[in-house]
Amino acid sequence: MTATETTPAHLATEDRFVPIQTRSERPTSFDPADFGTPTGREVNWRLSDLKRLAPLLVDEETETGAEPAIEYGLAELEAAGLLVESTGHDAAPRGEVFRPEDVVSAIAWKRCQNALHIRLPEGQVQEQPVIARLHGTGADRHGNAHIVVEAMPGSVGTIVLHHSGSARYAQNLEIIVREGARLTLVSVQDWQDDAVHASAHQAVVGDGAYLKHMVVSFGGGVVRVNPSMRLAGHRAEGEMFGLSFSDSGQHIESQVFMFHEGVETRGDVLYKGALQGEGARSVWIGDVLIGQDATGTDSYEKNQNLVLTDGARADSIPNLEIKTGDIAGAGHASATGRFDDEQLFYLQSRGIEEEEARRLVVIGFLMEIVQKIGVPEIEERLAEAIEEELRRGAGLAPASKAGA
Amino acid sequence: MSVLDIKDLRVSIETEQGSKEILRGVDLTINSDEIHAIMGPNGSGKSTLAYTLAGHPRYTVDGGSITLDGEDVLEMSVDERARAGLFLAMQYPVEIPGVTVSNFLRTAKTAISGEAPRVREWIGDVRGAMEKLRMDPSFGERNVNEGFSGGEKKRHEILQMELLRPRFAVLDETDSGLDVDALRIVSEGVNRIKGETGLGVLLITHYTRILRYIQPDHVHVFVNGRIAEQGGRELADRLEEEGYDRYLKAGV
Repeated sequence: MTATETTPAHLATEDRFVPIQTRSERPTSFDPADFGTPTGREVNWRLSDLKRLAPLLVDEETETGAEPAIEYGLAELEAAGLLVESTGHDAAPRGEVFRPEDVVSAIAWKRCQNALHIRLPEGQVQEQPVIARLHGTGADRHGNAHIVVEAMPGSVGTIVLHHSGSARYAQNLEIIVREGARLTLVSVQDWQDDAVHASAHQAVVGDGAYLKHMVVSFGGGVVRVNPSMRLAGHRAEGEMFGLSFSDSGQHIESQVFMFHEGVETRGDVLYKGALQGEGARSVWIGDVLIGQDATGTDSYEKNQNLVLTDGARADSIPNLEIKTGDIAGAGHASATGRFDDEQLFYLQSRGIEEEEARRLVVIGFLMEIVQKIGVPEIEERLAEAIEEELRRGAGLAPASKAGA
Repeated sequence: MSVLDIKDLRVSIETEQGSKEILRGVDLTINSDEIHAIMGPNGSGKSTLAYTLAGHPRYTVDGGSITLDGEDVLEMSVDERARAGLFLAMQYPVEIPGVTVSNFLRTAKTAISGEAPRVREWIGDVRGAMEKLRMDPSFGERNVNEGFSGGEKKRHEILQMELLRPRFAVLDETDSGLDVDALRIVSEGVNRIKGETGLGVLLITHYTRILRYIQPDHVHVFVNGRIAEQGGRELADRLEEEGYDRYLKAGV
């Protein structure tokens, strides 16, 4: 395990041409044509499975036809009074913070006429988590969506987007957490194995507000969920948690961006992934930017991967950029490893058989994130899914010493 | 009545410079209800003996035997040894993130006894054992060894010993890093368990301090991978006075 405390990067940001692109300066556009077709050499595509994502690069009409690619199960939202009618691209607050950063996102913006707008009313405390159930109706069906989740000032609540079934689904998620609001947003990718899903989440957190953002991916063929969070307000707080379990043939990617913009903001990023089977793949690129005015920032990001068998690959790239000298703390860490022999020895020395010991270690590794979800139905579903993955992986040879 | 028998045990480890011999022929017989203290300077092979008994993969047995009531311990896997009744209280227990103490204890108990303990009885047993070790009930909800203080780790080791009821326990430097109060609580635990179950104890320590609380029947001085001297409790008192210099100078 390695941990690195990074020194301020001001030396690297002189007025000369700097070939490495700063995360915050990534170009944005609402027009897909401005991005062109990615070649796979771009910084935000080079570790992606572009071949399988190709259907999402097609700029085509997706709202026609009798059968939509995604069925939206919104009964819980409706019952809780959290749905707001939203028509047209210009309907506020759509676009208040969202700017497409890649071609898939720009297509989703363009091809989705009416956004799904979920709003926690001002001052309302929503005790029960509310789950939106998005079900893909076919692996050959292309869908595009723009979704706005807006937590009005002082509101508190938990919104879950649960994805199942199969589709080729591009999605934008615009999250606005207004002053003093406390929102938990969980996106669960529980797709069938042939689903292709690319989603761009962009969140802004206002004064004294808090956002817990979670990405949980264990189903799907290719799942690319790229969340970014801008801690814009004074004392805004953000947590970004991720959990993934990649099986043979699955490509699970997250490019995570935490931007400390306001004064005295606090951010915590923790993504954990388990991988097993030939060709199982995970990609994590984490950027943290502490802006020029973000004095008193406290920030940490970490990615940990557990490689359970040979033939799996985890890419993990943490970046930290600091533009002010006056911060409370900043650090990042990345660790990818196989089973810890000492953990296994400890458990076995208490009579626990090796296979059971491995199960405990993997579940324990992922449980740190599971325990943060706070939505019993999702936690149970997830515990069940992890057990299922482990049963599937039980016959596979454990990662050899050099394998990780 | 059980017997743990170690005969002419020779053990090495792999290092970057090649194989290194650590134990050079150790003979030791421990009966139920006996306490044997293994003392010696750093690097004399005390911990190697402990980990070899437990079956840690890092250690290679080059010769000799370990038997438990005639059963070949060296043929057993790590978990089989535990189920046969061996227990190692570790000097540096490892953290297992995301696995709670209560889940861990229940899983271990189920593995050792071959069936899940009755829920109500088990909860009572755990609570009682924790009380005796003066551990807060909330301890059960914490992740194994994660963020535990030195004293908490050692108490947690003894808690496991109390609940798993082994026939023989190896206590590897259980006294290290403990303050006087924690040392007394942990020692009381060991004595209590021995009194109740006739546990045989192999107490590995560098210092004589713990021997004021746990009275050894036999004291063995380890030097350079061998037992250099054996005796009763009086040998420990002598070591307290003289230290290990005498053995080191003799170049045993």
